[in-house]
Amino acid sequence: MKIEKGTLLEMYKRMNEARVFEEKVSYFFARGMVHGTTHLSIGEEASGVAASMALNEEDLIAATHRGHSQVIGKGIDLNRMMAELLGKVTGYCKGKGGSMHIADVDAGNLGANGVVGGGHGIAVGAALTQQIKKSGRVVLCFFGDGAANEGSFHEALNLASVWKLPVIFYCENNLYGMSTPISKHMNIEDIAKRSSSYGIPGYIVDGNDAIAVYQRVKEGAEYVRKGKGPILIESKTYRWVGHSKSDANVYRTKEEIEEWKKKCPIKRLKKYLLEKKVLREDEIEAIEKKVIYDIEASVEFANNSENPPIESLLEDVYG
Amino acid sequence: MGRGGKRMKEMTYAEAIREAMSEEMRRDEDVIFIGQDIGLYGGAFGVSVGMFEEFGEERVRDTPISEAVIAGAATGAAVTGLRPIAEIMFMDFTTIAMDAIVNQAAKIRYMFGGKARVPMVLRCPAGSGTGAAAQHSQSLEAWFCHVPGLKVVAPSTPADAKGLLKAAIRDDNPVIFVEQKLLYKKKCRIPDDEDLIIPLGKADIKREGGDVTIVTYGRMVEKVLNVAQEVAKEGINVEVVDPRTLVPLDKETIINSVIKTGRVIVINEAVKTGGYAGEIAAIITESEAFDYLDAPVLRLAGKDVPIPYNPELEKAVIPSEGDIKEAIYRVMNR
Ligand SMILES: Cc1ncc(C[n+]2csc(CCOP(=O)(O)OP(=O)(O)O)c2C)c(N)n1
Ligand SMILES: [Mg+2]
Repeated sequence: MKIEKGTLLEMYKRMNEARVFEEKVSYFFARGMVHGTTHLSIGEEASGVAASMALNEEDLIAATHRGHSQVIGKGIDLNRMMAELLGKVTGYCKGKGGSMHIADVDAGNLGANGVVGGGHGIAVGAALTQQIKKSGRVVLCFFGDGAANEGSFHEALNLASVWKLPVIFYCENNLYGMSTPISKHMNIEDIAKRSSSYGIPGYIVDGNDAIAVYQRVKEGAEYVRKGKGPILIESKTYRWVGHSKSDANVYRTKEEIEEWKKKCPIKRLKKYLLEKKVLREDEIEAIEKKVIYDIEASVEFANNSENPPIESLLEDVYG
Repeated sequence: MGRGGKRMKEMTYAEAIREAMSEEMRRDEDVIFIGQDIGLYGGAFGVSVGMFEEFGEERVRDTPISEAVIAGAATGAAVTGLRPIAEIMFMDFTTIAMDAIVNQAAKIRYMFGGKARVPMVLRCPAGSGTGAAAQHSQSLEAWFCHVPGLKVVAPSTPADAKGLLKAAIRDDNPVIFVEQKLLYKKKCRIPDDEDLIIPLGKADIKREGGDVTIVTYGRMVEKVLNVAQEVAKEGINVEVVDPRTLVPLDKETIINSVIKTGRVIVINEAVKTGGYAGEIAAIITESEAFDYLDAPVLRLAGKDVPIPYNPELEKAVIPSEGDIKEAIYRVMNR
């Protein structure tokens, strides 16, 4: 499958956006400039961005608590996203959601989810809507390796397979659920194997290879769009940073983290783009500069935005 | 030395909970501890740091992210002779474990004609104020109070946390133990006593006063005590009754206090509609204390909204010290 230059350029840009955005967020949290918590996907940018980008614009995603890359891949206004993290009224959720709940339902982002496994059922329902309305849209359901142990995972895959719903279950296996290594939370290494219990195709993809992720999800989307039922894709990846804003990494070694840093998905895509002469060094540099500029601009936008008015506290509970 | 010549020591709410679990695990080998990331990691809030090292992975067990089976397995283990403590990382996620808690653990003793017992404790960190928004901030204790067969405990101090948790572990019924995330780092002096057991169902008068009774529990106790100290300067003496256990509830202590003061405010952090403050208020009005009331029973509670992310909005959800003061003036007709 050939990927167009424009798409590759955009992919590289969005992966950089995710990285720089999260580095900024991490900086804010470390200095106590935002409250609450956040889950960074640094090291997992290819897995999130390229998967979302493989969809058509009108397709839908259900994101996770570690969702910044996933939603940036779908295409998002960085200003409104940064504003949400800073709790501002101009944010995607008017400051009521924060990092764990970035959502833009009209644009097909059904929301990041604070509940592990919370997106499975929602994705199934969203796919049911597409089937009944014959919209031709598909749903990409993100979840982690840890989430594959929630009952909701099994119930969702079963129902979606019986009803042949247009949904891609996309597991970002970063080898840990919080501090718990996969070897301690399931008796298999490859989550893709679980597809066989539901009689649906299961695939493994190198989640640090943006090109492979894009192609796998694109092919998968074509398959489910044809009404053949759901599929399960397992993307093998790794988070470089702690589980949430604070984490002493007691459950893994520095060496392991360093090994994975060598497999940086952004550097890997850059190398590919240069080697295949898709982009020149100066074009790459221009993208990187633009991203830094855009993220700074998003911070400025957020800082210049208002806090939600106190009256808004009681709004939007009911419609 | 503290009151009664007892040795005292200083510890946080989290440490008190850890000590209660550890002491009971040393005392009784049937006590085990399960939950997500409670082992080497020491728990999401660091409550169980060191326990894995002391008791090993046989008795301190990390589970997958599977709340339904955590509560289910605790129930099954309890019925067959163990005394499990299970941690549900955030009280919000008890939702996923509801069948096991509500239809199984709570019902088994009664449904089986009293021929089985379910000695288990579900530890649930609860409450807002951490910036974790709508799905990580709820106070859902009223749901569990609504289910006969469950006991519900909500300690407000390190000493209460320790004594009540030890009693909960020794209790032969399923106990929902509601912990306050914002109190985990709170320190206080507590008796240095392995037999510090606070029986479930006994309220504690956290402050004595003759003018108005405030019944409250959990994190609100501290706020109420602050306000009580302030209004004392104006000559209003507040009596603060902390039931500590919501089910069973020490009605007698509450009612006697209201009979003494003639005025009462019931406060909880949880949303107002269907909250436990309403239940306590109804118990008071149904009791003989009704005849002694000089003002209507007042409730103060969280607003009927999910917890928002923005810190200013988040703060505005739950009763502030200002709100509490105003309520006191109101029942005092000032
Ligand atoms: C139902 C539920 N249980 C527990 C948590 C706390 N928690 C948040 S993220 C997380 C780990 C999730 O692991 P995984 O699904 O592998 O995703 P990752 O964080 O690795 O991206 C846990 C236990 C939660 N948010 N929801
Ligand atoms: Mg994971």
